[in-house]
Parts: sequence; C-alpha cells; structure tokens
Amino acid sequence: MTPLLYYIAFSALLFSIGLAGALTRRNAILVLIGIELMLNAANLNFIAFWRYSANANELTGIMFVIFSIGIAAAEAAVGLAIVIAIYRHYRTSQLNNVDNLKG
Amino acid sequence: MPIAFFVLAAVTLAGAICAMSLRNLVHCGLCLALTFAGLAAIYLQLSAEFVGLAQILVYVGAVAVLIVFTILLTKNAEVNISPVSRSWVVGLVVAIIVCASLIVPLMKSPSLQRAPGMTPNASVRLIGEKLMTQYVIPLEAIALVLTAALLGAVVIAMRDEPENKVGRGVPTAPRAGSGEGIESSSASPRRAEDSTPYHDAGVAAANRPVGPSSTT
Amino acid sequence: MLWIVENLWLIPALPLVAAGLIALMKQSQRKPAAALAIGSLAFSFLLSCCAFAPTLQSSEGLFRKFHNFPWFDFGTTSLQLGWVLDPLTAVMLLMVTFVGTLIFIYSVGYMAHDENFTRFFCFLSLFAAAMLGIIIANSLLLLFISWELVGLASYLLIGFWYHKPSAAAAAKKAFIVTRIGDMGFLLGMLWLYSQTGTLLFYTNDGTGCLEHSALTKLVTAGTVGGMAISTAIALLIFCGAVGKSGQVPLHVWLPDAMEGPTPVSALIHAATMVAAGVFLVARVYPLMDADANGVTGASTALSVVTWVGAITAVFAALIAVAQTDIKRILAYSTVSQLGFMMMGLGVGGVAVGMFHLLTHAFFKALLFLGAGSVIHGCHDEQDICRMGGLRKFMPVTFATYAIGMMALCGVPIFFSGFWSKDEILHAAHGWTVSQIPFYLGVFGAFLTAFYMTRQMVHVFFGNSRVEFGTVTASEKRTHEHGGADTKQHRKVEFSSDVHESPRIMTVPLVVLAIGSIALGFFGTPAWPWLHSYLTGHELHANFGKLFEWGTLSMMLISTVVVAAGIGAGWFLYARKLTCDANEPDPLDRAQPALFRLLRKKFFVDELYNATVVRLNALFAAASDWFDRFIWNGLVQIASLITLGFSHLSRFIDQYIVNLGFDGGCDSLRSGARGFSRLQNGQVQSYLRVIGIGLAVLVLALLWGCRS
Repeated sequence: MTPLLYYIAFSALLFSIGLAGALTRRNAILVLIGIELMLNAANLNFIAFWRYSANANELTGIMFVIFSIGIAAAEAAVGLAIVIAIYRHYRTSQLNNVDNLKG
Repeated sequence: MPIAFFVLAAVTLAGAICAMSLRNLVHCGLCLALTFAGLAAIYLQLSAEFVGLAQILVYVGAVAVLIVFTILLTKNAEVNISPVSRSWVVGLVVAIIVCASLIVPLMKSPSLQRAPGMTPNASVRLIGEKLMTQYVIPLEAIALVLTAALLGAVVIAMRDEPENKVGRGVPTAPRAGSGEGIESSSASPRRAEDSTPYHDAGVAAANRPVGPSSTT
Repeated sequence: MLWIVENLWLIPALPLVAAGLIALMKQSQRKPAAALAIGSLAFSFLLSCCAFAPTLQSSEGLFRKFHNFPWFDFGTTSLQLGWVLDPLTAVMLLMVTFVGTLIFIYSVGYMAHDENFTRFFCFLSLFAAAMLGIIIANSLLLLFISWELVGLASYLLIGFWYHKPSAAAAAKKAFIVTRIGDMGFLLGMLWLYSQTGTLLFYTNDGTGCLEHSALTKLVTAGTVGGMAISTAIALLIFCGAVGKSGQVPLHVWLPDAMEGPTPVSALIHAATMVAAGVFLVARVYPLMDADANGVTGASTALSVVTWVGAITAVFAALIAVAQTDIKRILAYSTVSQLGFMMMGLGVGGVAVGMFHLLTHAFFKALLFLGAGSVIHGCHDEQDICRMGGLRKFMPVTFATYAIGMMALCGVPIFFSGFWSKDEILHAAHGWTVSQIPFYLGVFGAFLTAFYMTRQMVHVFFGNSRVEFGTVTASEKRTHEHGGADTKQHRKVEFSSDVHESPRIMTVPLVVLAIGSIALGFFGTPAWPWLHSYLTGHELHANFGKLFEWGTLSMMLISTVVVAAGIGAGWFLYARKLTCDANEPDPLDRAQPALFRLLRKKFFVDELYNATVVRLNALFAAASDWFDRFIWNGLVQIASLITLGFSHLSRFIDQYIVNLGFDGGCDSLRSGARGFSRLQNGQVQSYLRVIGIGLAVLVLALLWGCRS
C-alpha cells in the first residue's frame, strides 16, 4: 500500500494546480474548472483519510464525499448559469471586464 | 501497489495541468474529464467503489459535459487575447506558496505515518442504510439544495424578453435551461447573437427582430 | 454758634445761584437777568452787614468764629473745608458786596446797547460768588478753589467780546500769567499740607495751619536753602499773590486786561480781584510773619513782599507817565497802588495794607467808572490825546472824577487816599531793615500825582480835540459798545454830540465819591478805628496824636510831594490848553529816549516774548515732534505688529491650517483610494488574497505548534 502521505501530497498538488488555474486564467469557465479541481482534491483527501483510518466501517469519509459531490454538482450548475447570464450581459466572459462591483 | 498509484497520479496530474493551461477551452474541458476519470480510478483503488463510480457518473458524466456546453454557449473563440490574466505571476506565486504551505507541514506531520486498516465494507447497502438512518437530515437538506440549484440555474440562465414586443408574463416557447445537476440536460444550442443583453434591451429591440428561440 | 457764622456760605451762594439761573435764561430776558444779579448781590450785602455786626464787639480780643466741616474722607484722614468770620473777612465782605452792587447797577446803563447783556451779568455774578468765596474761606483749599474760579471769571469777562482778536489774546494772557503764579501757590499749599497735615486756617483744637502750634513747627522744622520752611512756604504762596495782584514780574496781564468792558475793569481789575492777592497775604500774615528773627525784627518773607511792592509801585508809575489810553493809565496806576499795598503789608502789617486796599477800592472803582462814562460820552474814544474840554459837557462825571483823582493822589485831609498812603509811608519810614522802600514810596506818590494831573488836564480841560466826522474813531472802538453793527450808529459829527451819561451811570459815581471821602476818616491817626478793629488792639481816640512830630512830619512830606506832583503836571500840561491832537508830549520833546522807554512799558512784554514765549514755543514744537514721531511711531509700530500678527495668522491659516487640513483630507482620500484598490471587482485578486490568507493561517498554526 502506498503510504498515506503520497495520497495527501498528491491531493495537495492537485489543489494547488486547481488554485493556480483559478488565479491565473482569464476565462470565467476556467476558473470554475479550477474550483472543481480544488473540490475534487478535497474529496480525495477525505477518501484517503477514511481508508487509512481506524474505524473505517463507520463510512464517514464516504458519506462526506457523497454529499460533497452533490453540492459540487449543484454549485457547478448554478455557477455556469451565472457565467451564461454574465456572458449575455457583458458580451464577454473575460473576468477582467466584469468589475462593476469595484470600490 | 504504489506503482498503480503513481501511474494514476501521473495521469491525473497531467490531465489537471493540461486542463489549466491549454488555450482551447474545449480541450480544457476534455482534459478535465480525464482528470476526473483518473481520480475515479484512484477512488477505486482506495476501496471506495461507490464513490468512484458516483464520481464518474456525476463529474465526468454531468459536470464536465456541463462545462463543455457552457463553453459552447459562450463565444470563446477569440484567440488574440491572452489566455492569462494581467498579473498571472502573482497568482502563480500565491499558488506556489499555498502549495508549499500545505506540503511542508505534511512532510513533517507524524499522523500521516499510519498503516491502513482492513479493507472496509463499503457496500452500497451499508451506504444506503447510513443515509437513511444516521445521515437522513443531510440527505433531506441536500435534496433541498439540489431543488434550489435546479430552480436557480433555470432562473438565472433564463433569457429576458424585451418589453415592447411581448408583454410581461406571456409565456414564450419553453426554453431549455442550462441543465441541472443529476438529470441530463437537453439544452438546445443557442447562438449567442440571439441573446439580448439586458442593457441593450431597448436599442436592440429596435434594431433586430426579436425572435424568441425561433430556432428551436 | 452764631447763625450768621453757620450760614456764612449764603453770601457767596446767592450770586452763584443767580449766575446759574441767568445762564439758563435767554439773551432777550435782560431785565430779569439784571434784576436777579443785582438783587442777589444786594442781598449778600445785607447778609454781610449782618455778619459785620457781631464782629464789632471784641470783648475777648480779636473776634474769630469759624465753622469747619469735612468735605470728603479718604482713608483715615479727611479733607476739611470751612469758613471763618473775623474782622478781616467782615470788612472785605462789606467792601466787595457794596462796590459790586454799585458796579452792577452801573453796568445796566453801560451795557444797555450790547447784545450779550444777559451773558455779561451771568459772568459778573459768577465772579462775585467766587470773590466772596475767597474772602470767607477758612481753608487754603477752599481759597484756592475760589481763586481759580475768580481767574476763570476774569478770563471770561476780559474776553467778553471774544470776536475781537486783541480781547481774546488778552484773556489768554491774563489766565496764563496768573497761572504761573498759581503754580507757586499750589506748591506752597501742598508743602504746607505735608508739613502741618491740615489746610484749615483755624480749628477748634488749635491745629490750624495759621495757629501757634503749626507755625512753631514750621519755623523750627528745618531749613531749606538757608531759609526756614515757613519762609519758603510763605514765598511760594506769595507767588500766587504776585500773579493775581500784578506785581513785577507778572504784571504784564493787567494793562492788556483793559480790553474788557469798563465795568469789568472797575470791578475786577481795580477793586476786587487784584486785591485778592493783597487779601491773601493779609490772610496768611501769621505764616509770613512766623520767622521774625530778632536782629532786624522783620521776617524774610515780609521783606521780600516789601521789596517787590516798592519796586512795583515805582515801575508801574513810571510807565503810566507815558501812556495815552485813558484806561491804560488807570491800569498802571492800579498796579502801582497794589505795590503800595504790598509794601504796606510788609512794613506795617495787616491793618496798614488793608486800609489802603479799602480806600483804593472805592476811588479806583470811581475812576474807572468815570472813565467808562467818558468813553461812553465820547462814543468809544479812549485816547486822551483826542479828548479835551469835557468838563463842560459832562459836569457830574468831571466832579466825581476829580474827587477820585484827588483821593488817588493823596490830597490831604479830606480824601481817603491821603490817610491810607500816609500810613504806608509812615510805616515804611519806621521800617528797621531799610529806608529805600520809603524813598521809593515817596517817589511813587510824586509820580502818581503827576500822571493823574496829566490825565485830568488832557481829558477834561482845554479845547475839545474830539474829531469831527470820525468814522475812524468809531471804527477803532466799535467793540467798546459791542457789535460791529453799531458802527453805523456811532458816527460823531460834531463835538457837541458829547453828552453826559444817563442817571443810572452817574448815581453810582456819586455814591462812590462819597465813599472815597468818608472812608478816610476811619483810619486817621487821631481815631484809628480800622486798625483797632483789624488787629484787636484798644481804640484810643486821640486828636492830639495828629500833632505829634512823627505823624505830622509824615503828613507834611506827603502834602509837599502831592503838591509838587500836581504842580509839575499843571506846569507841563495845563498852560497850553489848546494843544493839537497830534502834537507830541512835552516830555517826549524833552527826553525822547526816556519817554519812548516808558511808553513801551520798559519793553517787558517784548522781553517775555523773546524769552519765555519763545522757549514755550520751542517746547511745544519739541513736544509736537516727540508726539508725532515717537509716540506716533510707537503707535504705528504697535499697529504694524498687530498687522504683522494678522498677516501671520492669515498665513498660518491659509498655508498651514488649510493646507494641513486639505492635506489631511487628501491623504485620507488617497489612502482610501489606495484601499479601495483592493476592491477592484476582480474576482481573481480576491481569490489571491484568500490564498495568501490561507498560507498565513497555516504559518500561524505552525508557529503555534512549534512549542
């Protein structure tokens, strides 16, 4: 079995890649993709810890991940709907141009 | 056994990096699907069969497709603008810092040096039992969340009718929502020219004929 | 306490109230004004008679009753005022009120054509009140107050026709010159107060400054400049008398004071005000006599008084010889007689000086009023060279004037001036210090007779030299009758226009003439009633005393001197009675240089002009420069400093406060702007911050877990 450390490190890496993408790319959809990656990295974390935990029969990790996947799907749907609405309004999906809420 | 993990991890990471850095958005979406698939395999390796399959069903089957649909709905074909935002270095640095701040403690942490237990019994039956007894409230809550997300996505993505042509409240042709989470969507491809921005409502109405989803 | 002593203040109060009431009257209310003035002074005369009566019985030596009261307190001490009734007071009160009433009545006729009739009586009443205040004062302070009021009234009356520049200048000169004397008076007064602690003359417990204890203290207290303190104080007080009574060197104002109307000259500058100086010396006589040193028997102060008086007597008489204005001659004569009075006080004591003062008041007032009548009759002509032969036209005036002239010269037996002047010469002859005042007095008597004869001859004898068709004469003296509008009415066409004055003017003349004769008999050596009355000595009627060699020789000398004077005057002037108006004086032909010196009044005015007046002008110019540049400069500097401060504040406000404020606001705004850049609407930058925050949290956790 691979040590737990590898899984967690991998999840951290995945999280960072997702964060990097969310922070650097212009397009809103890519930011959402990055967010999905971050969520998935967190899910992986949960599963890994569940597998290596003492009382894995409690299935707490799996439960958590089930709900996380559900929430992530809902959030992706709504987020993409927002991106479409923003595209309609601003005629662009570049995040730089959508700055009406600036102070 | 680590070898399987390394291969899968490499694929997943490659997919993630490609998803984040490719120029063509559709390629990004497809790489994202690959990433999700790789993650599902890792879940299977970790004896979380249900989660892995749920991942494929939901993420690869719905979320990734949703993303591809959205890419298609928003016209992102401009290639002469830079794919990265203006201060992308800062973002990269922040990501590296975060990565470091996550990994460095991991290395030193003693609680990660544990051996796995027995293979747990993560059958669907047990999961179902747990959902209905111990986690019934989160189950109902997530049902509500999903309902709300369904309705919200439909409302947000609904196209606004211009007022001078059609009165309020007159139902127009049923429009296809941007898709929901669990049910598959049948969103009709829509050309961006047809959508009327809110702030152009008056002007555009004078210029072009308003055709509510005439293409459907 | 006698009622009259308690209420002695009524005597000056009545004319004062009359003056106040007349001041409120309109100029057209002439009769009420005159009635009020004459009535108040007549009533004061009656009160003076009431005051005189108790002083006659002097059972316990000299009668002296006084009433003192505190004026105001400051701290533990208080300033006291009071009035005193003694023979000196009583006899002066009688004289002033009597002569004053007569002159008031005369003024009604004299000023009848003047448009400022009411104002004249207001000022006259004020003067009368102040003069009476001097007389009754028991405190040197009250005396000084009344003294200054008298000076003020004199200024107002000399400058009565103020639109005439010479009159205004004469009024100023009178006031300023007497002020110089008053300065010495004030200093003496202050010194006396500091030495004795009181300004009251006589008090109930013997602490008055003229009483024995105070005097011994002053004499023995110490010396200053070689003389006793009492002498110094006495000399300072005498300065006031020198100014007011026109002694040399402060005599220069009296002749110029003739610019005022003739009643004013009569009342103030002949009978009463100028006599106030003599009265002052008589009043503070104990102080003057205090340090009589045994060797010569005469005090230093009184010696000074005598010398000043003697010199003045001769000085003024010499000048009078060469004057041509009828009033100027009489003015210099007054100065000369005042010198005689001072001499009399110095050598003979209070009684001798006061006797001459009383007789002089009568005949000098008579002479002045007569001169006024002459001027009135000649239609404002005052030059004796242009008068003549008036004896035919103005008989009453001539007769009374002659009586007055003979009294002044000292024609023997019947005329009061003889007896009073004789007393003075007698006392001077007996003066142990020196005989020179005696010789000066004799010479003065000779000159008096000489110039009075000259004046009489020029005015009343010979042919009339009054000019025909004199527009010039009336132009010259229009203001004698007040107002330029009378110019047209007073043209003299023929000398027959000269007329006698109305009865209201001649009756006072007659009364004064009677007084000039009668008063002399109160002081003859045979029956020295006045002397015993004033000094408290026993009265012995001794007719045989007249024929003692001492007194008889003096009477004979006086007679000879008078005869010589009258004879010389008659010889020089009366033989050629038909002289021309423009012919020079015989004396002028004989001794032109000497005559010119006398006519120009010994150039005293010019000397004063060149020295004192110029020095004063220099000081005034220096003060003006000082004020203009230094004080003004200081004020300017103060204002510049204030301006500088205001500029500084404006600068501070504009550049520091405003800019500071603005700068503060700007920095706040730019800071806010800077902060608002955090809120740039870019979602990704928000996300970055969240990432960094995550890193910081992890670091914090790590740091916390280190331990």
